[in-house]
Amino acid sequence: MTGWLLDPLDSPFVVRALAELLILAVACGPLGVWILLHRHAYAAESISHGMLPGLVLAALVGAPILLGAIGGVLVAAAGIALVARDVRLGSDVGVAVYVSALFGLGGLLALVPDAPARLQELLFGDLLGVDGTDLAVAAVLAAGVALALAAGRRPLAVAAFDPTAAGALGVRAAGWELVLLALLAVTTVATVQGLGNLLAVALVLAPGAAALNLARRLGPALVLATALAALSGVAGLLLSYHLEVAAGAAVALCAVALAGLSVLAPR
Amino acid sequence: MSQVVVRGLQGGYAPGRAALTDVSFSAAGGEVVAVLGPNGGGKTTLFRALLDELPWRRGEVGLSGRPAYVPQGDRTRLDFPLSALDAVLMGAYARTPWFRRIAARDRAAARAALERVGLAAEAGATFGALSGGQRQRVLIARALLQDAGVLLLDEPLSGVDSVSAARIIALFSALQAEGRTLLVATHDVGQAAGWDRVLCLNGRQVAFGPPATVLGTETLRQTYGAELVVLPDGTAAVGVGHHAH
Repeated sequence: MTGWLLDPLDSPFVVRALAELLILAVACGPLGVWILLHRHAYAAESISHGMLPGLVLAALVGAPILLGAIGGVLVAAAGIALVARDVRLGSDVGVAVYVSALFGLGGLLALVPDAPARLQELLFGDLLGVDGTDLAVAAVLAAGVALALAAGRRPLAVAAFDPTAAGALGVRAAGWELVLLALLAVTTVATVQGLGNLLAVALVLAPGAAALNLARRLGPALVLATALAALSGVAGLLLSYHLEVAAGAAVALCAVALAGLSVLAPR
Repeated sequence: MSQVVVRGLQGGYAPGRAALTDVSFSAAGGEVVAVLGPNGGGKTTLFRALLDELPWRRGEVGLSGRPAYVPQGDRTRLDFPLSALDAVLMGAYARTPWFRRIAARDRAAARAALERVGLAAEAGATFGALSGGQRQRVLIARALLQDAGVLLLDEPLSGVDSVSAARIIALFSALQAEGRTLLVATHDVGQAAGWDRVLCLNGRQVAFGPPATVLGTETLRQTYGAELVVLPDGTAAVGVGHHAH
């Protein structure tokens, strides 16, 4: 059993992938709890998927994926904010149409004859391909997100729990909603290198959902979500190594499986 | 001395589109003002104006410090993972720097506030698992922790059980005695008759003054229109649905 658990660590690729996932868990776990408490799960999905054109453009011109992710997130977030205001469509319809259009554009760009064969990496990530620079970037971004969430814990709680009274309690609820979406964008940028455009959202939402099913108080939910995100990473990497399946997909499926199992826990 | 002074107030949710106009009144410390009006009549809009949260506002609003606001209990997220005590402690957030723990004296004050509303034993209970009346009392305890001179209460007695209603009404008297000013949005004309002043709103100020002067059938008819029912004995009753404006 010990060998089954430790053998993968003989590979430096796996060690770096594990480090990347543990770093991301620090941001993705608590962020997922806040995203769900603020009912922004759809925004998380949309921002993650809507950044594909930025990623593909970066691949086409040979720029770092990180730059493409930042550009893609900015375009996606700005467009989502714009179309969500259109009362004729309704925010959900507007966002769905816009994000589908961005995803289609990304696919179109990825399939041009000159495009490098990296679409799979962009969609599903390349966990085993992360290098020291990727780890450093993820560490800085994840630490920034985790610290911001810790510092904003009280106003975020008020804005989610009782937005109508937030002003009287000294909290600008709308401002903190924007802060939360900005942190979501940063986390998406940090996560996409490892888990890709399609799977990144799983590591944000699934551990948060599981933690909220299991914990009855906010503090334990935030800690538990972090632990479950880390556990998803470890379990996914082990399965990937021993079953020889894609690492990112295995991690995402482990996170979703934990969320599914949490529903069975007595409340 | 007046703790609330409003002169020529008009305001709404978009520039130039007033949801409430021509409101002028004042309330002294230790007074309870009933704010009567139909659904959409401007009660919540008035509170938003006093909280300086309306996107568009004209006129003069003077308050002695930041008011505490008690929303209807069903406006909160019942699945939020927090205890009754956690909810009350939110009343201390504005005076606690983000890097500091909530002060011990504020924790003690929060427990005292819960005791004042009769919920000391429920301090550790999950907020969403409490009854509607208990949740309303927790939100009032949170306002007590804010220690504001002016309290704005949005239909605090709507849909609460009789035990909670009695507790809340008794608490109003105690807060009055402490010199606090309470503005209480309500549909209950009978309760309004027992308080110090009545402000009638229907998109504009219909009347303001002592209950004996204001609570006549004609004023209530102007305030409630078709929602007003005049009973055979001449008393007025208001038939309203649940509102959400």
